[in-house]
Amino acid sequence: MQQVVSGLASGGIYGSLALALVLIHRATGVINFAQGEMATFSTYIAWSLTTNHGWSYWPAFVVTLVVSFLGGAALHQSIIRPVEGGSVVRVVIVTIGLLLALNGLITWIWSGEVRAVESPFPSDTMSIAGVTVSWQDIGTIIVSLSTVGLLWVLFQFTKLGLAMRAAATNPAEARLVGVRVTSMLAIGWGLAALLGAVAGLLAAPSLFLDPTMMQAVLIYSFAAAVLGGIDSPVGAVVGGLIIGVGLNLLGTYVDFVGSDLRLPAALLVILVVLLVRPQGLFGKPEVKRV
Amino acid sequence: MRSASRTIAPIAGFVALTAVVLVLPAFVTDFRAQQFAYVGIYTIALIGLNVLTGYTGQISLGHGAFMAIGGYTTALLMAGNAQFGQSGLLGIGGGMKDIWTIPIAGLVAGVAGFLFGLPALRLSGLYLALATFAIAVATPAVIKNFEEFTGGGSGINLFGLPALTASISPAHVAGFELNFNNYLYYLAWAVALGLYVVAWLLLRGRTGRAFRAVRDSETAAVSSGVSLARYKTLAFGVSAAYAGVAGSLFAIATTFVNPDTFPIALSIFLLVGVVVGGLGSLLGPIVGAVFIQFMPLWAQQVSKSPGAPAVVYGVVVILLMFVLPTGASGLLRRAGLLASRGYDRVR
Repeated sequence: MQQVVSGLASGGIYGSLALALVLIHRATGVINFAQGEMATFSTYIAWSLTTNHGWSYWPAFVVTLVVSFLGGAALHQSIIRPVEGGSVVRVVIVTIGLLLALNGLITWIWSGEVRAVESPFPSDTMSIAGVTVSWQDIGTIIVSLSTVGLLWVLFQFTKLGLAMRAAATNPAEARLVGVRVTSMLAIGWGLAALLGAVAGLLAAPSLFLDPTMMQAVLIYSFAAAVLGGIDSPVGAVVGGLIIGVGLNLLGTYVDFVGSDLRLPAALLVILVVLLVRPQGLFGKPEVKRV
Repeated sequence: MRSASRTIAPIAGFVALTAVVLVLPAFVTDFRAQQFAYVGIYTIALIGLNVLTGYTGQISLGHGAFMAIGGYTTALLMAGNAQFGQSGLLGIGGGMKDIWTIPIAGLVAGVAGFLFGLPALRLSGLYLALATFAIAVATPAVIKNFEEFTGGGSGINLFGLPALTASISPAHVAGFELNFNNYLYYLAWAVALGLYVVAWLLLRGRTGRAFRAVRDSETAAVSSGVSLARYKTLAFGVSAAYAGVAGSLFAIATTFVNPDTFPIALSIFLLVGVVVGGLGSLLGPIVGAVFIQFMPLWAQQVSKSPGAPAVVYGVVVILLMFVLPTGASGLLRRAGLLASRGYDRVR
């Protein structure tokens, strides 16, 4: 049971990052291979603010999210927009270039040393109905799910959310009715960067901060997004939780898998889902017209 | 006239290329010869990837895995492994001379690629990129885990086998004595040029047309009677076989394989290389291979502080995608087109 709760906590992190991938995929039809590096970069900003500049945790958290949002939007405007709408492979290469550049930039600015990141939550445990759970896990679940909830409210109940959905579903017609499609796509990238920042900040206390921190998390999030359906925001979050709990149980109770083969296990999930049900649990099948 | 020029131009280009390859070692240092040997090895992998990504339109971020299959096949055939010893696996492992392992490595990787091509039929575009990426990421962990077969994290050493390769004593080929670097260089480029011709023959006829039809529109290809299943799996098999040969040569060149010989970065660089060189052209792979081999070194010359070369590399990749959307060979083609238009006007 304790494993399930800590699985849910990592699942919340995977879900947030998976949702970021889904947002970008829906908005621009791109899979952002640099999503993990963007999240790591954001986490370093927060670490730098708290450790080097003496900020307390929550102000640093908020500032990091704002910076990440602006950074994500700026990245879209500067490097994604010029290759959008062209061949898929060009966009893939550009996000891979971004991955390499950001990873190098992190090492350049903050060095490759492994850093400990303080946790905003108490480090002790508590007991709910006989199950021992850590505050860290509870806090992670609450923060990640409420971020996702806020985004859902934004998309479903605000005019901005409606415009963003319109821009993603049908850019041409959205433009006709006066939606500023490009700005909407930039906001989409900004929100994705923000979600990544949340995931990175939540993951940092247990994973420790180094330039490759989010690479494994990104793979798990790919698995989560594919499992839930790469076009379905709900699916991404549910997929994240399933992957989180599933891998935790698998790693604990199946000796053969242990901690070494957790990554291949997640990849097996990707392959199996893509083969059996390419649209994922919650996605709609893709229809192609000629 | 036009069809004749389409045959003559590639042949002339090929002869020129062969001549350059033959004489190059006389003008460069030993160390450079080794670097150019790696260019040859990457060229082989990129020709294969180009068949798949450039001509058939299937993105693969997992070709490092097929190189790993080739590399490990060669290593096992030459050195055997801890469990089966020199007497070898199934009676064939261990004690085989390096060059004879190359075709076997290609065959094994080709079969693996063909088998992977079957499930990959159901995937296209980004989904395929993800699935192949998954394989590339999983490969090092899987190799580490089957320790008794692959030597686990410590890998398999090929250096101390002077009878099987030229790593210690020089090789004698047709009366010439070649040191290890020159041996690698000529071996890699002989294989590369041979496979270049094979790819050219494969792509210029019916099969190549079918590949391009699949790339341009799967639906249209099917309705013209092109079997998607047949040509996609064929493309996967061929391209994996090329990667396997490259992996085999890579193992011979490094005289050592371990899980980190074939990291995820290798798969990524291969795709970057094939796109930078230019998709769907036979010149592209060489440009791409030069890029893969020398770009990291150039990036290090720009700045040596930790992390900075990676920034330079990433930024250069992004900028190249902006200014050369069709890669280096696309640029050449456009230049050629402009030149011939100018020529027509003058005439």
